[in-house]
Amino acid sequence: MTVLEHHLRTARADGRRLLIPYVMAGVVPDWLDLVRGAAEAGADAVEIGLPFSDPMLDGPTVQQAAALATRRGGRPRPLLDELAGLDLDVPLVVMTYANVALTLTPSHGVGGFLDHLAAVGVQGVIVPDLPLEESSEYLARAAEASVAAVLLAAPACGDDRCREIARASSGFVYCMSSMRTTGERNALATTARENARRLKGMTELPVVTGFGISTVEHAVEACVDADGVVVGSAFMRMLVDGAPVAEVVDAVAAFRRALSSVGG
Amino acid sequence: MSRGQLAPTPHDPDERGHFGPWGGRFMPEALIAAVDELAAFYEKARVDPEFLDEFARLLRDFAGRPSLLTEAPKFAAHAGGARVFLKREDLNHTGSHKINNVLGQALLTKRMGKKRVIAETGAGQHGVATATACALMGLECVVYMGEVDTERQALNVARMRLLGARVIPVTNGSRTLKDAINEALRDWVANVDDTHYLLGTAAGPHPFPVLVRDFHRIIGIEAREQILEKAGRLPDVVAACVGGGSNAIGIFHGFIDDPSVRLVGLEPGGDGIDTARHGATLTAGTPGSLHGAMSYVLQDSDGQIAEAHSISAGLDYPGVGPEHAHLKDTGRAEYRPVPDAQAMEAFALLSREEGIIPAVESAHALAGALVLGRELGPEGLILVNLSGRGDKDMDTAIKWFGLGVES
Repeated sequence: MTVLEHHLRTARADGRRLLIPYVMAGVVPDWLDLVRGAAEAGADAVEIGLPFSDPMLDGPTVQQAAALATRRGGRPRPLLDELAGLDLDVPLVVMTYANVALTLTPSHGVGGFLDHLAAVGVQGVIVPDLPLEESSEYLARAAEASVAAVLLAAPACGDDRCREIARASSGFVYCMSSMRTTGERNALATTARENARRLKGMTELPVVTGFGISTVEHAVEACVDADGVVVGSAFMRMLVDGAPVAEVVDAVAAFRRALSSVGG
Repeated sequence: MSRGQLAPTPHDPDERGHFGPWGGRFMPEALIAAVDELAAFYEKARVDPEFLDEFARLLRDFAGRPSLLTEAPKFAAHAGGARVFLKREDLNHTGSHKINNVLGQALLTKRMGKKRVIAETGAGQHGVATATACALMGLECVVYMGEVDTERQALNVARMRLLGARVIPVTNGSRTLKDAINEALRDWVANVDDTHYLLGTAAGPHPFPVLVRDFHRIIGIEAREQILEKAGRLPDVVAACVGGGSNAIGIFHGFIDDPSVRLVGLEPGGDGIDTARHGATLTAGTPGSLHGAMSYVLQDSDGQIAEAHSISAGLDYPGVGPEHAHLKDTGRAEYRPVPDAQAMEAFALLSREEGIIPAVESAHALAGALVLGRELGPEGLILVNLSGRGDKDMDTAIKWFGLGVES
């Protein structure tokens, strides 16, 4: 069992709903304080985005955050290396696109990327534009590097495909709440709970719902079926709009409090 | 009209869309069901006589095919005396080869029972062609266009709107073609149940590179018959411009099994490939994944996609279709950059010598032919794909040549 899976399953066994905040690496100069602060505010893992110029599965907020990071001179590999100094009690999960992953270690391809993640102490990875068909080497090399490759399951995936995704995923299964890109929404999509329920019936891995979890109410509602939530754009929006990191840490704490009230 | 146009070939990719190490499906799971569905419908359609007849009828009665093959002797005099023939895709309805692909995909959309079509456009040519096919077939049409391009190509925005399409300016990223594709992909994720993404070039995730190529294979099939009839032999070289590469792959396939025929793709060299301002992906790019396929891309050492630059908006793309990457690797095709200045010279030359104003895109192929002709000498025979007409490029020409009203 991967470190990520073990950590999340232990928390779930304690009756805890999982909270995984997303932070775009380099979005603000003190982004590492946000990673630390989020962990202290009760995150069960922290998802770290590495900026890519053409993030096809992300909405405008994450794209703006990536552009901010890039404009500040943020480059994927040095940003990743900044994580090496962190000593956190919670696992880190890196999310980026295939082209960044394939380029990160010149001429070492996806295997070099995964080894590098392991070397800086990252326990999980998400590459949303590597579907099952393109994943065999990626999954094998992730297993060798002891980095949990988390796969996404979309509402549009057929049941057979979902079962395959759940079987091939490690760490947790990322349940896409709706057929939308990431970004803030007014309400939780009706597909969010259906998809989580379906996945829960297919796997013992934690099922964590993301995409469009914008308020504590959405998070609580999603967790009726899911084991937890990823919250990204809601926090990144605050930073893009100029809020200080401390305020975002408070927002993470508010999600934690709300989820703790759900119970097991 | 050939019924074999869409038939499977020995050059098809594997069932997951790989041409050697290129192509494939670098796409979110959310869209895999949609591309699976498209591939399944296409595999049936490409051998279905009813579909083939309907497609052939549209190409004949609506697009105006077959397009002519025209010899260009006065232009050829500047090309070392080699004979030069032009495949006249500029004479198709809507003014370029793009109509072949949009008619094919619009027919597929109807077969899939989808009612809404989305498309990306850079210069506006593919957007106009898509809006045209949607008007013809009663499909709702939404075109994504970078905000920068909507300003540069206001006339084409008006044409699309007149044809009933909604044009959405894209304000993300570099606000050009690659961002329009990102935005179209996001729309597709959200509306995949009733929407077909009508991709405009032979790139993107499988099956797009195959089906876009196949809908354009008619260019090469016609051209091969025509040149055998007019010149009595196969050409030494087939020259075509390459942005995403759809017109080139369409004409190349007519000759791909003729080993004596060299296939030459002409890429946008912009200010020169030793500068940062060009779009010569195959000449100067590196392997990477963009918009759903593995191919050559223009990128920095971190894998961030670069902006392409070309005098021609239609070639201004930092990626290229995966089959071209494969043809480059196998050596079956060769690719050369053509700087803006040479393309514009050829643009003016063909206009003046032959009375044909080419698209600036196609002018890259013409510029390539001028060089190739000198290499081949007077015995040479060159077929150029004249992929589009130049009416849309008058603003560019006015600025480049200073063609204002004389006072």
